[in-house]
Amino acid sequence: MPDVKVNGANGGSPLPTLTKKDFSSDQETRWCPGCGDYAILATVQSVLPELGVPPERTVFVSGIGCAGRFVYYVDTYGIHGIHGRAPAIATGIAVSRPDLSVWVVTGDGDALSIGGNHLIHALRRNVPLRILLFNNQIYGLTKGQYSPTSEQGKITKSTPFGSQDHPFNPIALALGAEASFVARTVDVDRGHVAEVLRAAAAHRGSAFVEIYQNCNVFNDGAFEPVREKGVREANQIRLEHGKPIRFGREGERGVARGADGGLEIVEVAEVGEDALLVHDAKRPDPSLAFELAHLAERPTGPTPIGVFRAVERPVYAEELGRELAEAHRRADAEQLAELLRSGDTWTVPAA
Amino acid sequence: MTKDVKERERVVVRFAGDSGDGMQLVGSRFTDATAVLGNDLATLPDFPAEIRAPAGTLAGVSAFQIHFASRDILTPGDRPNVLVAMNPAALKANLGTLEKGGMLIVNEDSFGDNNLKKAGYERNPLEDGSLDDYQLVRVPMTTLTVRATEGIDGLMSKDAQRCKNLFALGLLSWMYGRPTDVSEEWIERKFAAKPAIKAANLAAFRAGYNFGETAELLGVHYEVKAAPAEPGTYRNVNGTTATALGLIAASVRSGLPLFLSSYPITPASELLHELSRHRRFGVRTMQAEDEIAAASIALGASFGGQLGVTSTSGPGLDLKAETIGLAVALELPLVIVDVQRAGPSTGMPTKTEQADLLMAMYGRHGESPLPVVAASTPAQCFEAAIEAVRIAVRYRTPVILLTDTFLANSSEPWRLPEVSELPEIDPAFATEHNTEGGFWPYKRDERLARPWAIPGTPGLQHRIGGLEKQDLTGNISYDPENHERMTRLRAAKVAKVAEDAPPIHVDRVEGAEVLVLGWGSTYGAIAAAVRRVRRGGGKVDQAHLHLLNPLPRDLGELVRSYRKVIVPELNMGQLVKVVRAEYLVDADSVTKVRGLPFFTAELEEAIRERL
Ligand code: SF4
Repeated sequence: MPDVKVNGANGGSPLPTLTKKDFSSDQETRWCPGCGDYAILATVQSVLPELGVPPERTVFVSGIGCAGRFVYYVDTYGIHGIHGRAPAIATGIAVSRPDLSVWVVTGDGDALSIGGNHLIHALRRNVPLRILLFNNQIYGLTKGQYSPTSEQGKITKSTPFGSQDHPFNPIALALGAEASFVARTVDVDRGHVAEVLRAAAAHRGSAFVEIYQNCNVFNDGAFEPVREKGVREANQIRLEHGKPIRFGREGERGVARGADGGLEIVEVAEVGEDALLVHDAKRPDPSLAFELAHLAERPTGPTPIGVFRAVERPVYAEELGRELAEAHRRADAEQLAELLRSGDTWTVPAA
Repeated sequence: MTKDVKERERVVVRFAGDSGDGMQLVGSRFTDATAVLGNDLATLPDFPAEIRAPAGTLAGVSAFQIHFASRDILTPGDRPNVLVAMNPAALKANLGTLEKGGMLIVNEDSFGDNNLKKAGYERNPLEDGSLDDYQLVRVPMTTLTVRATEGIDGLMSKDAQRCKNLFALGLLSWMYGRPTDVSEEWIERKFAAKPAIKAANLAAFRAGYNFGETAELLGVHYEVKAAPAEPGTYRNVNGTTATALGLIAASVRSGLPLFLSSYPITPASELLHELSRHRRFGVRTMQAEDEIAAASIALGASFGGQLGVTSTSGPGLDLKAETIGLAVALELPLVIVDVQRAGPSTGMPTKTEQADLLMAMYGRHGESPLPVVAASTPAQCFEAAIEAVRIAVRYRTPVILLTDTFLANSSEPWRLPEVSELPEIDPAFATEHNTEGGFWPYKRDERLARPWAIPGTPGLQHRIGGLEKQDLTGNISYDPENHERMTRLRAAKVAKVAEDAPPIHVDRVEGAEVLVLGWGSTYGAIAAAVRRVRRGGGKVDQAHLHLLNPLPRDLGELVRSYRKVIVPELNMGQLVKVVRAEYLVDADSVTKVRGLPFFTAELEEAIRERL
């Protein structure tokens, strides 16, 4: 196995210039016209060539749901797995092959409902995976049931009288699972998506990216306040490491710490620029990121997007992987014979 | 004083005590000494279900049985000739197994009122004549152990008492002339870091040995000569270790790094523990978050080009079914080791059963055939594991390897194979285009196996998934004809595995019209019972299956050639259903579902009744 850095630089070896075409398969895309997935696919395909990892060392793994189809459209290695299990399958790939760049594409039902356990454990272990969660707050492929991110009271085919469930906040969940990189972006905001993807690709360990994705068939408009031109400018709170958190058309609003110690949205003119909170994605303590995650429970008004958290912590079994690979290379017939003979043995001589 | 020595052809000894008494340790030490002496042997540990049942209660009794002989033997023995009972509960729980007239050695120090009450004895059985049918030997083991360890620097009295199991080991070692150096060296190694404990254990062991030699209580000791065996180097091995070694050997032979991903479950956890120790061979073990992840991670490792293995027991196999189905569709190598235990549901986790056969064969939705291999004896787990890997790699398919609690825990001597004689396993990774200007992941070879192209191979990028695939290209397809073709291709591929299987070995006698057909861990009991039936003049043949799916190609002809086929199984009759359905043969079923292996005597009777 070649010892190659997967994120960013290709260990210094020159690569032919890659283009979007190198990452586009010959399969016809089959999402509904107007689906947010198209925009995400196009951005991913345009960012991948920049990363310096050739298609044959890139792997996409998905679960079940509309997002699951994603793998068929990128010309890399890929597995379209089973419902919820993509993080586990991808863990097997990433751990066995540290020379690969492994991406998981999942949805809100796939990652947070049936596969919740695998997601949190992949994040906890800090397996080197880029996990893209397409959150459309609905079950699309099964034709419109509420999902674990649908709002309470949501009326769907399976909840004609409104759902009783309290939804997950995916960013808070990932932070709770001790994810080392947590970000959020919005499908059609291609520049922002690309920026977040680049940061995710450069991260060592698990990178969790929630992408607000509009399902125009079963849940149209769920993200309108942060997605549609004309309103999003007022509502996207773009988090940038080391910068005061300001937003609004003219940057007229911001986030500051209130008298009760919690975060609140303020008018910059009233509090002054110095009162604004400076975003720190690299704080080892996740509490600030957690507060930001809860600044907006749902994307109905001002909502933070961007990188909430990006910290360094040991990547799962990185060192061990090298040792094992080396040990495996050395293991030979003689060593095996010695292993079989270990313990108390006795010999019966030929008569 | 010299005592009489009597020769015995075979002996069954059962050590029983509280789970805190260290009976498994005594049993395995006695076993090692027995193995080194050259006796043939078979062992069976019997663990309590609870980890820490209250001391002194029946629920907390732990036992270890060993059968050793100067000829070849096949089972751990039905009834012990000697029972060592360390406390009243152990006596109560195990007395029923002791043969009438057998020797009963008890630690009389533990027969105080409190322990008697905990075991549910109203009167002391050592005093009330209820043990008159046995040769009762009362030994104050605790007292003698404490006395022997007096004066050892830094030894707590609690620790001194705990050495009484080594006293028992010493005593039995004397009774059967076991070599003492094997046990003493073990004690030296094991407690090298704790000088006081080491000294105490050595003292207790020697005190037990000397007690046998000098005490009036025991008039004779016994000799069991070495059993004739094929020339070679041997070691004693249980099914867990043999399975682990088989997987490692397959990894070395194939050049594929071994990646075991498992979730803790009794009794399969032992395999996880065993393989976790072998980093020297590049073995990676991963304790997954659940059974589903365990299978999925292993499958991911296979996609990455490693030898993905997941191990479990019944309830875990239920959970893995979906991932195994995906592996059937992806057509990737994956080995699933199912150490069967008594079900349904949680059932009896520490007890054996063979009731997962039909689940292994059919327990997935849709048409999803896969090869099933079953191990027949503890040492045979080694070959079975290699065979499972060979099939998985050659045919690009998940393979279920069935063992069970009995195989996992029992041990027997194993003649070590030459590494050069182990099967070759060639991963034969795809490295080049296999069609005009491209790569078709489902273009098959002559065995209908598809190419295994691993990430990192330039130009062979491909996407595969659980959705039905177009023949050859692997693209998604809902075409009715294609689905039927792919379904039949997958089945035909699995059927081809039978072409590699050697002819079924039949142990024949002249004029037999009855065949006893078994599979899995019942091999020893069936073979022993068949021998006894023959000794009584009965004419019966025996065959044992190692490949359960596909069934060997000569099985139909074989079962049709007998007037009667008897199928003993530790379930409600699973293989028998398959045999009846496949070959329209009126096979007769012998079943047992008590969480215990077959006893030779009961099988002998069952066969005799059906002759
Ligand atoms: S159902 Fe919704 S999420 Fe699925 S493809 Fe259609 S628009 Fe996209």
